[in-house]
Amino acid sequence: MPAQSSKPDLLQNSLLQNEPDDVVVSIRQLHVSYRQRQVLQDINLSLRSQHVTALIGPSGCGKSTLLRCLNRLNDLDERCTVTGQVLVNGRDIYAVEEDVVSLRREVGMVFQRPNPFPKSIFDNVAYGLRLLGVSTRSDLQQQVRKSLQDAALWDEVRDRLHSSALELSNGQQQRLVIARALAVQPKILLLDEPASNLDPISMLKLEELIATLKINYTILIVTHNMQQAARVSDFTAFMDAGELVEFAATSDLFTTPKQRRTEDYITGRYG
Amino acid sequence: MQNRHSQHISREFNDELETIRSQVLRMGGLLETQLDKAILAMLDNDAVLAAEVKHGDAEINQMEMEIDAACIDVVARRQPAASDLRFIIGVFKTIAELERMGDESKRVAKMSAAERASVLPVEINTELRHMGELVQNMLHDVLDAFARMDASAAVAVAQSDERVDDKYELISTAAMRCMVEDSASVSAAMSLMWAARSLERIGDRCQNVAENVIYLVLGRDVRHLPLDGLLEPSG
Ligand SMILES: Nc1ncnc2c1ncn2[C@@H]1O[C@H](COP(=O)(O)OP(=O)(O)OP(=O)(O)O)[C@@H](O)[C@H]1O
Ligand SMILES: [Mg+2]
Repeated sequence: MPAQSSKPDLLQNSLLQNEPDDVVVSIRQLHVSYRQRQVLQDINLSLRSQHVTALIGPSGCGKSTLLRCLNRLNDLDERCTVTGQVLVNGRDIYAVEEDVVSLRREVGMVFQRPNPFPKSIFDNVAYGLRLLGVSTRSDLQQQVRKSLQDAALWDEVRDRLHSSALELSNGQQQRLVIARALAVQPKILLLDEPASNLDPISMLKLEELIATLKINYTILIVTHNMQQAARVSDFTAFMDAGELVEFAATSDLFTTPKQRRTEDYITGRYG
Repeated sequence: MQNRHSQHISREFNDELETIRSQVLRMGGLLETQLDKAILAMLDNDAVLAAEVKHGDAEINQMEMEIDAACIDVVARRQPAASDLRFIIGVFKTIAELERMGDESKRVAKMSAAERASVLPVEINTELRHMGELVQNMLHDVLDAFARMDASAAVAVAQSDERVDDKYELISTAAMRCMVEDSASVSAAMSLMWAARSLERIGDRCQNVAENVIYLVLGRDVRHLPLDGLLEPSG
């Protein structure tokens, strides 16, 4: 990716210096387009460790696209052009020497549409663990169980771990892919509408899980549920039409947003 | 609020907020009438008017409960955010203040001028009348600020409370002097002080409502802050 060499280093340095020490992901002047169409414009956003950041905004505004930039999933699409910088723990992940496989282990992602592999429930969760070299039966069993418990799915599947994951209901599949992401213990967890198919109790369990996980992880969650964003996150970013309109502490953004566009969106008004 | 913002996509939600807003204004209007009557009853020693004030308070109490219920309903069903949230919270606090101003008005109405007239210097009554006017204006202006969601008008109201406090000082000092100088005036002077005290409280409560208006317009809690320069742009 072309470095933004036109920008003086001074600016970059001062940006760096103004950031809190616990920034794990730092997105700088990120632009994304598909073919000629810009879908993200000049995104600047930092994610702090042990904090949950919620990403909200209307459908099609670019939330999933932004998430995909953080573990280079957009690379898979050759029509997609990414410019700008994404630093993960200070490392430019678009640098040539970056190892994409280990990046994706570090930056786990739960997709908007549950995408279980056509394998058993157990093998779905064990998949990443096996790639990491976990091979003893008891280790696998123990870690699969722990991940399923964390994702609040264990009780429902403990008796059918070896049946196909595709037999699970939509909400169960959603929790399964969360368990699969948790199993490999990423440092950064990207959740793209993880609760869209969950009943209220499973949703609250997931929110509980997020609250526990944030002690060790950095979490970015996309949600269309404003109350959920308000409940689970420490910071909220509001995006609209490919721009980051406002970023603030969640309690500020939901009581006194600074931008009119944010206000209209979260209160459900015509723009 | 509704006039400052575009419309909600949910028309029902719009209507609910609009209804609450107009209910608050109606409650405020009732209170204004109560206060006007109470002050008149006190100054003219009009027992019939005083009785009207006493009965009229029930309607204010009733309205407080109705608006309360409407706000709870909105919170439960709509989960209001941002300016809508501040509006609902602001209304909650405001109607509690209005209800208590109703109670104070009842107290004002009860204070009889008959005995005062005979034993107290007439200037004291004039001061009390002025104080009543100041408080009436505060109430009128703060309801107006609420209706128009006008933060600068609210600031002006909050600032004018000082003048009410000064009048209260002046009246209570004069009343105490009367008591010291002439023991026959004690009961009249006490009644005067109680009336002034109730008016002073109404002034304080108008100031609280003004602060609510500032909060719901600007999203800033200005209680216990100096009001000077509040509306100048800051960080
Ligand atoms: N692979 C692609 N090829 C072309 N355009 C794409 C592609 N992926 C996304 N886009 C476009 O980019 C824009 C942002 O899409 P994105 O999926 O990031 O939105 P979103 O905010 O996640 O929406 P939603 O809330 O509906 O999930 C949309 O206009 C979409 O059409
Ligand atoms: Mg999406």
